[in-house]
Amino acid sequence: MIGIDTLAQGLLLGGLYALFAAGLSLVFGIMRLVNLAHGDLIILGAYLILTITTATGLHPFLAVFLAAPVMFGFGWLLQTHLLNRVLGPDILPPLLVTFGLSVVIQNALLEGYTADSQKLSAGPIEAQAMDLGVVTLGVMPVLTFLSAVAVIFLLNQLFYRTALGRAFRATSDDAVTAQLMGIRPERVFAMATGIALVVATIAALYLGTRSNFDPSIGPARLLYAFEAVIIGGLGSLWGTLAGGVVIGMAQAVGASINPEWQILSGHIAFVVVLLLRPRGLFPRAND
Amino acid sequence: MTALLGISGLTAHYGDFQALFGVDLTLDEGQTVAIIGANGAGKTTLLRAITGVAKVTAGTVTLAGEDITRLPAPDILTRGIAMVPEGRRLFPSLTVEENLMIGAHARQGNGHWTLDRVQTLFPILKDRRYSPGTALSGGQQQMVAIGRALMSNPRVLLCDELSLGLAPVVIKEIYAAFPRIKASGTSIIVVEQDISQALRVADQVHCMMEGRITLSGRPDELSRAAIHDAYFGVSHA
Repeated sequence: MIGIDTLAQGLLLGGLYALFAAGLSLVFGIMRLVNLAHGDLIILGAYLILTITTATGLHPFLAVFLAAPVMFGFGWLLQTHLLNRVLGPDILPPLLVTFGLSVVIQNALLEGYTADSQKLSAGPIEAQAMDLGVVTLGVMPVLTFLSAVAVIFLLNQLFYRTALGRAFRATSDDAVTAQLMGIRPERVFAMATGIALVVATIAALYLGTRSNFDPSIGPARLLYAFEAVIIGGLGSLWGTLAGGVVIGMAQAVGASINPEWQILSGHIAFVVVLLLRPRGLFPRAND
Repeated sequence: MTALLGISGLTAHYGDFQALFGVDLTLDEGQTVAIIGANGAGKTTLLRAITGVAKVTAGTVTLAGEDITRLPAPDILTRGIAMVPEGRRLFPSLTVEENLMIGAHARQGNGHWTLDRVQTLFPILKDRRYSPGTALSGGQQQMVAIGRALMSNPRVLLCDELSLGLAPVVIKEIYAAFPRIKASGTSIIVVEQDISQALRVADQVHCMMEGRITLSGRPDELSRAAIHDAYFGVSHA
């Protein structure tokens, strides 16, 4: 029988998948760009945090504050110098370019850091747990989930409470008319990619402190992220959190039945949701 | 005296298709100019070329003497030309109030038009401010589109087919706002297929056909027959 513990662990794991997916969802929601390098950018963020912690001795939770602005700048430059050039009515060029970017990042990381597994050390907190009576929760998974909720909440506030968010939504709706409002879509897109990479850096922090990573694991993170975005409904941020939770819970339930079924269960949940609700659980009304 | 907006020899293409053939036109401070013509005459292309959305292949556009030809659309807006596009083109994911606020996105400094003043001009927009922009009736959406353009405090307001798909009583209500818009110091170019409406509001009328201006004059100078001929390309030889 599936216990509360299993569901709780699945819920918390969903937080990590939601963090993987939030940046992807943001970029897709604004510019309809499926960034196939998103998983590799998360891994790049993890290596950046690793480099900062190694060089400065900072705790990863502090190093992320240095890594995030660097990743924002990288995202901005990536969008303005590369991705803006290929965005257009044809969806193939950006797919090909981000696929190529994925290969470039993986090989650059291999050159720079070798294929050896790495891990970010967060210290004793990694092994700490909270006993809530009916269920015991690890501190790191709880922090991951709370961070995911906070990130989604802040992105929603940005989207629906600020002038920048209005510009994001207007550009997403109609980039040509947005220009008539004085909005420069290329800058809006650059800002979106910058913010997406900040979120990817937060995801990298939790990925790196909870498990080993190496240059080749980006595409699998992309797959989980992509599934979470699709399950939640394209472009819906809270839906992305829900999508992450669905995958996390499915994996936890699958693993409780047979450990070999963990990954497969997540993918099956994705297919089932697609069959039942092709537009996802919480599609945006105007998509 | 330099015209507020000067258009000289303006030519525009869509790929190999030439949509404008050396159009000349001026708009003076405080003036309302109407451009009439049948579908495909080049009226919308002219407005899109002025605002930087359509590609200009020859000719110039000047605003108060400054050459703004080929500037990107956002730069043209910040210099003082706002457009109410054909079909309103409201942003579906924005509320009515957000649609108005987005019009002020690139505004620099203060000006006459504020959210309050736009909502005073069209009171229904205050009552419906939290509704999605596209949930409103066609006429109300047109009011949002005009208000959105005004929020940038433009020196020149370009209105493309305001009456399209609207009932006569609604069209009348929308055009009733023009005197107050003009009084705020905004000059207007209005593109219309509704000739009567255009003649009522304009100080100067230009008729376009196949990318060229074929007739120009003050409304009281132009006979119905001349307008009819220019509009439909009929010749009474």
